[in-house]
Parts: sequence; structure tokens; C-alpha cells
Amino acid sequence: MSDNNFKTHISVQNLNVHYGKNHILKNINIDIPDKKLTAIIGPSGCGKTTLLKSFNRLLDTSQSPMVTGKVVVNGENIFDPKVEITHLRKKMGLLSQRPYPLPMSIYDNVAYGPKIHGLRGKKNIDEIVEHYLRKASLWEEVKDRLHTPAVRLSIGQQQRLCMARGLAVEPDIILGDEPTSALDPHSTQSIEAMFNSLKENYTIIVVTHILRQARRIADYIMFMYMGELIEHGPAEQILDDPKEKMTKEYIQGIIS
Amino acid sequence: METKSKVSYYRVNKNRYAKNGMMVLTILACSLIVLIVVGLTIRSAPILFSRPLSELLFSTEWKPFKGQFGFAPFIVGTFAVTGVAVVIAVPLCLLTAIYLSEYASSRVTRFVNPFIDVLSGIPSIIFGVWGILLVVPFISKYIAPLFNVSSNGYTVLAGGLVLSIMIFPIIINVLLEVFKTVPNEMKDASLSLGATKWQTVKKVLLKRALPGVIAAFVLGLSRAFGETMAVLMVTGNVSKLPKSLMDPTYTLPSLIANNYGEMLSIPMYDSALLLASLILLMIILFFNIISRIILVKIERNYQ
Repeated sequence: MSDNNFKTHISVQNLNVHYGKNHILKNINIDIPDKKLTAIIGPSGCGKTTLLKSFNRLLDTSQSPMVTGKVVVNGENIFDPKVEITHLRKKMGLLSQRPYPLPMSIYDNVAYGPKIHGLRGKKNIDEIVEHYLRKASLWEEVKDRLHTPAVRLSIGQQQRLCMARGLAVEPDIILGDEPTSALDPHSTQSIEAMFNSLKENYTIIVVTHILRQARRIADYIMFMYMGELIEHGPAEQILDDPKEKMTKEYIQGIIS
Repeated sequence: METKSKVSYYRVNKNRYAKNGMMVLTILACSLIVLIVVGLTIRSAPILFSRPLSELLFSTEWKPFKGQFGFAPFIVGTFAVTGVAVVIAVPLCLLTAIYLSEYASSRVTRFVNPFIDVLSGIPSIIFGVWGILLVVPFISKYIAPLFNVSSNGYTVLAGGLVLSIMIFPIIINVLLEVFKTVPNEMKDASLSLGATKWQTVKKVLLKRALPGVIAAFVLGLSRAFGETMAVLMVTGNVSKLPKSLMDPTYTLPSLIANNYGEMLSIPMYDSALLLASLILLMIILFFNIISRIILVKIERNYQ
């Protein structure tokens, strides 16, 4: 089932997630390719976001779901109760559907992650903040108002700030949950460009319902429908020559 | 056509009457506070004009028969009892509310919430009786000896303790509502960076909810300032400046409740008691205005 040409450090094995009586994820098995951008596509309500959130166990925070199966990240099953979840989450940056800057200044938003993991010293922190704001191509726009509240930025700037904040904890993996759905075309473009430049060094998993976006950024695509993983493979193959009938219908816009 | 337009006029007029009616009611409700302040001021005018304000506010001599009316013991007593109550209530309420909103499973909250609601519905006289039966003897037997003082237990501390429990449910309920307004996604953003729940609570939840947290405590504070019955029953009601938590005290509400309607033949006594009401009202207004100012400042910084 898995494509052996890829190295992998996220491996999903027989994952099932139930919320009460609702069976949200049905027996998911996949190895996510390393240092590539994987897009999860599928109609809304198909379990894309749940799958993404199970990668960093943010499922925990909503109503207690029932989870069986494994998600193995760097050799550790993250649903093992013994796993220290904060260390695991540090390896993964998250971009949510709408940007949620923390209730503090631009500077403190980026410094937040490194600080909670014990980084001290104004000079070190200054450097990190500048470095990651540059990486998120936000530095030039905000360098004169680093200490103003982050909520005053435009929504596109906020999403780039969230990117900088996520990168600042030095993750190996970036998770994006429809990260451009609230943004204008220009901001969308800059986020996509960022993904394209980051995928050399990071494993990126992005949920999207925009096929054109998947075509623009994805190396690898997973198609989900009604909680099941229908098909996955290299982007061109899924988009241009899908093997499953359902994938074909989705890509042609027959099912949505 | 004609009937149609008539019907629609009827609807429009109904809307207009409803709007005006509701506006009148709103104005009526708001003008009550003005009416109360005016009424109290007029009735306390005799004593206000007969003595300098500084004597009334700062003198500790309360001898109505000799015509001496110093409100200092009552003002200090009110602040002392309320202060103790808030100092006890703030950490307990904050931690309880954080536990219930962030850590407890939904089963625990479903079990605990009715208790808090019942607590908020208990009449203050019952808290007073409970104070006399339990808190007062406990202080006289166990707490006072710790500090090497003898006390019958009717003290500032007893008032503060009873009062803190009375303001507990209202503060917790408001805090829970306030915490609900912090979006889950914002907390998730902090958690996804590897923060622990406690770090998220301290740096995101409390920071974002700070205006609401302050509002919750001011609400509790206002309630505490005015609480009469339970405090009256456990503080001993001695019109002297309390020097420690182990001294008896007398609060403004207790003074009014105990004396209004009696001994009104003493000159100025009636006016003095209404001045006590006015002072109490002013204290509460003052705290409300201060909290508004703080809220506006905080919101300007973070919103």
C-alpha cells in the first residue's frame, strides 16, 4: 500500500476515531512521505481535519473521542498514554483555518514558543523573532511595531505571523488546516509560496478543499471520502490519472 | 390594495409603540439610581450641613446621644470585612473556575455545577446561622489561640470568611462564562506549540480573559460590600476601629439594618443612618467606575 520510494516519519496504522456514535475516521493506513508536501483532499465532513488533528493529538481538547490504532511519529505511537505530548507537539507547527494570534504583541507571539521551552536572554530571543518573521516574509511590514498587539495586523499578516510562531519552535512537521480559506488571493499566494520553499526542509501536511491549490503545491495527495482514505499517491497521478472511480468523480466535480 | 396598506400601517405602528414603551421602561429603570441618590442626599443633608465632612468621615467617635457621629469605624469595618472576603475568594474562585473549565471532564462539571447553583441560592440568613454555629466557635477555640489573643469569635475574620463563601458562586459562574469566550482554537494554538495546559492557562486564557476576570471580582466585591444579614450576625457589631482580624467590627449595612426605625427620636440619628446608606452607595459606585476604567484600558491594549 505504501510507496517505498519515500522515507517516512509519520505512519498511520489502522486509525479509527469515534465521537460518541459517529465513526469519523475509518481504518486509516498511510505512510506520509518525508520532506514533501502532502495534501489531504475531499469533500467537507470527510474527516480531513480530524485526521490532521490526530497527528498532534489535538483531538484531546474537544469532547473525548475514542481512538484505536496508531499514529507513529519518529518511531513513537503518539496515542500511547506514556508519550509526553508537549514534546511531540513541539515537533509540529499548526496553521489553523483562521489565524489565531495569541493575546499579546507581535514580538511575544513569535517568542512564545521558544520561551515556554526554556529559551532565555533578550538577545537570543530578539534574533529568533527576527529570523522567523523574515522567514514568514513579515519582518519588513512589522519591524517598526513589534510591540503592538498582534490582533491589529490584517488577517493575511496574522496568518503569516502564526506561521512564524509555529516555525520558531523548530518543528520537523508543519500541519495546515485549510490555512488559506479565510485569506484574500494575495495572502493566499504568499502562504503557498512559503509552503513551496519550506518543503525542502519540512514535512508538510495541508488539508485543502481547493483542487487547484492542491495542484499548485502538493507533491503527494490523499483523497478521503466519508471517513475513509480512498486513494493516495503522487500528486500528478491522483489529479490526472486517478485509479478509483470515486476519486475521478471528485476531481471532475461530480461528487463534492 | 387599501386593506393591505392598512394592515401594514398597523404593523408599523405596533412596532413604534413597542419601541417607545420599552424605551420609557428602560429610562425608568436607569433613573432609579438617580432618584435613590437624590433621595438619600436630601435626607442626609441635615447632618451633612451641621458638621464638617472630614469629621463625619474620619472621626471614630460614634455617640449619637452626645451628637457625635463619626463614621470611620463603620467605613473601616466594611472595607476590612470585604477585603478579607475578597482575599480569600479570589484565589479559590479562580482556581476552581480554571479547573472546571479547562481540566475537569464533562462528567465532573455536570456533577459540580448544581452544587454551585444551590450555593448561590442559599438565603443569607442561613449563612449567618452557619457562621454562628461553626465559624465563630472555630475562630474563638482554634484560630484566636494561635495568635495568643482571646476572642469570642465574633470578628472581622468571621465576617470575611462567611462573606467569601457567599460571593463564591457568583464569581465562579461569571468566571466560567468569561472563560467560555476564549476561542478553543486560540488555546489549541498555544498547545500546538508544545505548551502545557497550565502554561496555556496562565499565558493565554487568563491574559485574554483578564477584563472579564476583573469584572467578575468587582461584581463579587459589590455584592460583598452590601451584604448585611450574615455579616451582622457574626462580626459582633462594636463601633470601634478594628485593630486586627481578631477584633469585632461593625459594617455600614449592619449599622443601618440594626438601627433604622429605632431610636429615631435622637436628633440627627435618622439623617446619620441615611448618610451611612449614601456612603455605602458611593463606595460601590466608585468601585464600579474604577473597574470600568481598568476594563477600557485593558481592552484598548489587547483588542
